Amino acid sequence: MSTIPALSIRDLCVEYPRGDGTSLLAVDNVSLSIAPGEIHAVVGESGAGKTTIANALIGLIEKPGRVSGGEILISGRRLDVTTGRGDGIVLGRDIGVIFQDPMTSLNPVFTIEAQLTETMRHHLGLDAMEARRRAIALLNDVGIPEPERRLSNYPHQLSGGQRQRVVIACALSCGPKLLIADEPTTSLDVSVQAQILDLIRNLTIKRGLGVMLVTHNMGVVAESADSVTVMQRGKAVEQGPVAKVLNAPDHAYTRGLMAAVPRLGTRLPRFAVLDEELGAEAAEARRIIAERKSGSTQKNQGPLLEIQGLKVDYVTRGWLPGTKGRAFRAVDDVTFDVRPGEILGIVGESGSGKTTLANVIAGLVKPTAGTLRFEGQLVQGTGSRRSTSQALQMIFQDPYASLNPRMRVGSILAEPILFYKLAASSAEARADAALLLRAVGLEPEHADRFPFAFSGGQRQRISISRALAARPRLLICDEPTSSLDVSVQARILNLIKDLGASAGLTVILISHDLAVIRQMCDRVAVMKQGRMVELADAETLFSAPTHPYTKELIDLVPRIDRIGARIASAGEQA
Amino acid sequence: MITGRRAAVFSGWPVSAMAGLGIVVALVLAALLAPLISPGNPLDLASFNLADSEIPPRWVQGGDPRFLLGTDNQGRDMLSAILYGLRVSLLIGLGAVLAAATIGICLGLAAGYIGGRVDAAIMRFGDVILSFPTILLALLVAGLARALIPDSADPRLATLILIAAIAVHDWVQYARTVRAATMVESARDYVKAARVIGFSQPRIMFRHILPNVMSPVLVIATIHLAGAVLTEATLSFLGVGMPPTYPSLGTLIRIGNEFVFSGVWWIALFPALTLVILVLAVNLLGDFLRDRFNPKLRARQ
Repeated sequence: MSTIPALSIRDLCVEYPRGDGTSLLAVDNVSLSIAPGEIHAVVGESGAGKTTIANALIGLIEKPGRVSGGEILISGRRLDVTTGRGDGIVLGRDIGVIFQDPMTSLNPVFTIEAQLTETMRHHLGLDAMEARRRAIALLNDVGIPEPERRLSNYPHQLSGGQRQRVVIACALSCGPKLLIADEPTTSLDVSVQAQILDLIRNLTIKRGLGVMLVTHNMGVVAESADSVTVMQRGKAVEQGPVAKVLNAPDHAYTRGLMAAVPRLGTRLPRFAVLDEELGAEAAEARRIIAERKSGSTQKNQGPLLEIQGLKVDYVTRGWLPGTKGRAFRAVDDVTFDVRPGEILGIVGESGSGKTTLANVIAGLVKPTAGTLRFEGQLVQGTGSRRSTSQALQMIFQDPYASLNPRMRVGSILAEPILFYKLAASSAEARADAALLLRAVGLEPEHADRFPFAFSGGQRQRISISRALAARPRLLICDEPTSSLDVSVQARILNLIKDLGASAGLTVILISHDLAVIRQMCDRVAVMKQGRMVELADAETLFSAPTHPYTKELIDLVPRIDRIGARIASAGEQA
Repeated sequence: MITGRRAAVFSGWPVSAMAGLGIVVALVLAALLAPLISPGNPLDLASFNLADSEIPPRWVQGGDPRFLLGTDNQGRDMLSAILYGLRVSLLIGLGAVLAAATIGICLGLAAGYIGGRVDAAIMRFGDVILSFPTILLALLVAGLARALIPDSADPRLATLILIAAIAVHDWVQYARTVRAATMVESARDYVKAARVIGFSQPRIMFRHILPNVMSPVLVIATIHLAGAVLTEATLSFLGVGMPPTYPSLGTLIRIGNEFVFSGVWWIALFPALTLVILVLAVNLLGDFLRDRFNPKLRARQ
């Protein structure tokens, strides 16, 4: 193995000028070095500058941002930081790049063959036959079955995992020594994520690649990377071998980050969060909200929600008007109860029907068959369910889409209060809205602002207070934190837990993240391809899963306590 | 404070948009203040004299200092006629845009949000409307109204008929745009949240979705304003618009057209120039607004 590092960055600075003449240092004096055959993870929360480093390497810093200092050496050769070019270094030949979303990083109108061979023919000057031969070999390398047949496929004919394999094949096509992987598995299911991480690991060893793995997932870092750089606001706060940084972090920020990561092992009462303390006013607001639970506080101890034989078909329209095309069964014969006061987790991979199930409960989707009883009363389709829809509120995944951008926060909150006549006047509704803002940890003054003035975590807090405004008894949370940073996620989950407990809310929490479910839920349901394969108490499910699929899921989640798991397995195979 | 805020509003505006805005404002002011600033009253038949007919503009040989832009075949002062004509043209243009936008927004929201048969019915009806050329449909409506309503020569009624004739065709574009935007917005979580809260359909459509689909509507409205003024001019030119005694830019051009080949060029030229400048200015402004409100372009800034 040569001693020249695949990538060496010294004192890199990237700045974005601001309107007032000053500039923002998105990357502040960062140095790192990646040896051939090494996976170096760059972790941090959004805005930490990790993607900016990757972009600086490939000359994709968006104007008006610019590299203002430092040097980049790729396999010992200097890269001109202002242009992203350098003596003999060609992007695509010497640096391979894998982007986050395999659904958009392949061009939908070209075949796999066209996309794979284009780079090779361009950079290596190969003829069509030779390029095709190499493309087949590459697809074999990345583990795509029947590569000859796949070459003539278009991207939409491949699954997400296969597409990401093709993207990796493209990145490797010209034999680069450096691979930049920007969140390569973030949009993939855990089972596919595990395969892709294994693949990257194997290729790293086999080809002696240096890999810069940009990720926000500490579990991925623990299992796949050799060394790690922790970024915070453009600065590298800690750097070193993974085992050292993760097990005995020096920097307070790293410690906070590690504490906020939900663990799969044991359940903690709350997420450890830095500097979280509830002011007296917020505590008071929560107490008031807890006391005024909505209308018919039911005395019977039966289940809050009973779902029986629920089926949902999505039918595509046929070629002729009135005919029906293919039907897709999103939810298939699901039966379960939700007990009052519990937090029920529903977990599954994409396409498992968990969001459809939530939408049916919330009344957004009409079931094809089956019944839904809320507090013993049959809930009809989607129309005329006013009393149930007040008792049943929902929090959505994307905090940037779930608040009306043209309404002030105050009106967003006051609207449901006035709609259900929970306040006598609009002044009273505004006072109630202020109380709700307090309870979720925001200031009453925030009512005058528009949603764009808030961060993702703050918006999710507003979403929660909107859901509480109607004084519901059941709160459905559909992936409430999957688009948030871990430290924000920890705070939001703590908030949901606290409010649920103090307001006596029943919560259905839908997530693909088993660790979140583990930390939050009393009972857990596992869904696969529309069916509910297992429903058990959380403790039982995680300690002794009965269904093989549940076992597999639990086993595949990247965990921060399994450092080097994938490196070891890749070493055995190699 | 106010000046500071205004400066901030206009900063980053290209020259073309500023010029467009300036010209539009000037022309609208001129039209509004026509009774105050115009030298004569072209609506008052007693105020002009047939003996003054066809006098060329002041700076041309044979011009008369009383008539800056000359006179038409009736002896009307062209400047006054243009100022009053601008009034009529702008009134009809704005009226048509307002009517078309209102109809289009309501139908587009319904089509996009409710979907299914409602959507199919509204959009197919729109397709049928669009399969008629604008002018043909407007001629049809104006002609029918003229045949059915005895008083249609009354300038006020004629104005309404023209507005209707233009709006009948133009609403489809608004409906299509609003429908597409509504379908995008309907799929977003804030609309789902409103549905989960239990709000009624009209409330979600008008209170929650409408403000979020207005930007493209504003853009189409400016571009259609120019189009509507042109259509009015065309209809008046063809003789189904405003009565000749009641000048609009179109009727003035039509009158002038008859005299162009006899060397009396100013009757047609000045109203035509006014029309061109107005339409150009509105279009410049519309182009700018289209870029400004395009979320993709805005995100890049």
